[in-house]
Amino acid sequence: MIYFDNASTTKMSEQVMDYMCEFMKKNFANPSSLHSMGFEAEKEITKARKIVASAINADPEEIYFTSGGTEANNTAILGVAEAYRRRGKRVITMNIEHPSVTDSYKELERRGFEVITLAVDEKGYIDIDELENTVNEDTILVSIMYVNNEVGTIQDIEKIYKTIKGKNPNCVFHTDCVQAFCKHPVNCKFADIITLSGHKICSAKGTGAMYVKKGIRVNNLHFGGSQEKGLRPGTENTYGIAALGKAVEISVENMDLNYAKVLEVKNALMKAADKLEDVYVNGDSEKGSPYILNMSFKDVKGEVLLHALENEEIYVATGSACSSRIKEKKKIVDNMTEGRGANAVRFSFSCENTVEEAERVVESLLKNVPLLRRFVPR
Amino acid sequence: MRNVLLVKYGELAIRGKNRYLVENRLIKTIIKRLNNYPGYRVYKEQGRILVVNEEGEFDYDTVIPIVSNILGIVGLCPGTEFEDRSIESLRKHALMHFKEHFPNGGVTFKVITRRSDKKYPMTGNEISADVGGYILHNIDDLKVDVHDPEIKLMIELRNNVYVYSKVIKGPGGLPYGSGGKATVLLSGGIDSPVSAFLVAKRGVEIEAVYFDSPPYTSERAKQKVMDLAERISAFTGSIKLHIVPFTQTQLCIYEHTPPEKMTVFLKRAMLKAAEKIAVKNKSYALVTGDSIGQVASQTMEAIYAIDSAVAMPVLRPLCAMDKQDIVDIATDIGTFDISVRPYEDCCTVFVAKHPETKPKKSIIESMESKIEELDRLIEEAVENSEIIEF
Repeated sequence: MIYFDNASTTKMSEQVMDYMCEFMKKNFANPSSLHSMGFEAEKEITKARKIVASAINADPEEIYFTSGGTEANNTAILGVAEAYRRRGKRVITMNIEHPSVTDSYKELERRGFEVITLAVDEKGYIDIDELENTVNEDTILVSIMYVNNEVGTIQDIEKIYKTIKGKNPNCVFHTDCVQAFCKHPVNCKFADIITLSGHKICSAKGTGAMYVKKGIRVNNLHFGGSQEKGLRPGTENTYGIAALGKAVEISVENMDLNYAKVLEVKNALMKAADKLEDVYVNGDSEKGSPYILNMSFKDVKGEVLLHALENEEIYVATGSACSSRIKEKKKIVDNMTEGRGANAVRFSFSCENTVEEAERVVESLLKNVPLLRRFVPR
Repeated sequence: MRNVLLVKYGELAIRGKNRYLVENRLIKTIIKRLNNYPGYRVYKEQGRILVVNEEGEFDYDTVIPIVSNILGIVGLCPGTEFEDRSIESLRKHALMHFKEHFPNGGVTFKVITRRSDKKYPMTGNEISADVGGYILHNIDDLKVDVHDPEIKLMIELRNNVYVYSKVIKGPGGLPYGSGGKATVLLSGGIDSPVSAFLVAKRGVEIEAVYFDSPPYTSERAKQKVMDLAERISAFTGSIKLHIVPFTQTQLCIYEHTPPEKMTVFLKRAMLKAAEKIAVKNKSYALVTGDSIGQVASQTMEAIYAIDSAVAMPVLRPLCAMDKQDIVDIATDIGTFDISVRPYEDCCTVFVAKHPETKPKKSIIESMESKIEELDRLIEEAVENSEIIEF
């Protein structure tokens, strides 16, 4: 089995699994309970919070655990917009965000906000000058993701942050760092709110976190207890949070090593584009994230190639797992280069992948793509 | 006196000598469905079927949902059964029933009496008038409305006497399996499951065929068809689904036919494969979800060019229906939500951008006869098909 769909989710690492199981066996208590067992559980959360905070140079006070990236994005966008709605009505995003961001902005539009969606260029970059012209005094929120989940384009977050603050220091900048976290350096200095997720870094599903800079107000979407300072009420997912802490600890330690490793895998796989005709690398083929390689194979439907590869136990994606069940003709890739979306396949890597695997996938592509091209839609 | 469920089955009561066969089939199905519920017995009672619980209270909330989707049942009437047919007894039981179901009055009503016992000293109308007057006298705030009443209180004098006021609609039609067998081509779309249901509703036992084309169609598309088959089995009791691996046949057709004609060849090949399965399972007809003019392969010309592929009759129960009417039935029988799941059901790779709407049968047939390996591939596909029973 070759699993090249790590941007959808990763296999939990043995170490994290062991750690989580140990903790599950040891402590099932509610961290809000006043007895010592509860206190022990609380300590585990405190520990994880410290680890996550230090991974992005934040203060533990600024980390809020959530059920994952989607919840963090929803809370950030809807929560900030509602908290600052008296200050202004303009909110800005771009056209290659994750559905949990895009759909939150659609909700803001329904609630009467003026939503501006910036279009990216053919490599997936926003035009920072255009952003500068769009941010005005009325602008309360901007969401631009760091590493794109489908093509791996890396936005210049530092410049974006400075540009926004230069135009309007009160405007909140939110960035979805789900695909960047523990893979690329994420620094909380250049964002007001950051979305993080656990299951993309070999931790458990259903865990994530949100960084909220001190002083930034976010209205809560859920109501209940005072867990996570009321921003995310509900008994904490102690097991998941413990796993998240462990996974972050391991990933941060190995970040550079993993980066170099997946880069080799990506480069090996990219050779398919040289050996086959009419293959395009979507996004920025040179400066994109090494964790993601998105290629369009002319005349081959992405999903058909996916199923053909699956026959050889090679698992890939056609796009974001969160959008794969949406019956829309236009895909994220089409927002960069019109017409390539239907033929796009995303290969995404983890530190467990090897160059040999990439070579095997290249072989399989060399075999399958010409075969499938015999049967082109006419 | 006891609580019972009267089952009305309309149409089959008018059948001649075969009537008892059809009735027995229906009774057998009801017995089978109630198998796991102790105490329930099913009897014939002069043009009705009677469900009773001989060991305890009749649990309508449990039994009605189980029985109400059985094909052939027109209506279910929860009511009371008693023996004493004196007019005093009729009055008493009718009033009791009324008080139990409409304790606060505030409704318009009418009493209707059916009497198969022609020796009874009063006519149906006389009984209705008498009992109606008695109820009116004993419950406040009631009005009689003989033309359009809110409540029709029914009294039926058969071997015993039955009083009821509510009719829960059943699917109607004829009991499943009372009218031969057919093989349905199930695609995963909205139409074919409706076709399957309508044919089954006419008493015809059905088996289903699905053409699987990996990697052009996905596992999830196949799962969708399996879920559709399972949903249909809620009405039929069970169903066999044949999954035919069709990729090689499709590729062969792709290579040997012009794009605008491909769909016609493809559908002919599917009918041929389905016919082979149908012959084996002793079907008398094939069934498709075609609706005239819906897409290029469903024009009159295309239907003509496609049908000659097989000798078996091809039934198209939806041929004259509008899409919305089909969607309404699909929603009713619970297949719509499954059908609209966003997975490719047929391989869109193989659908031409501009398929021919008026294919010529003679041209198609002569072209088809020149594709040498086609028959062999179809034969192989059928041989390698997988059968799943729901």
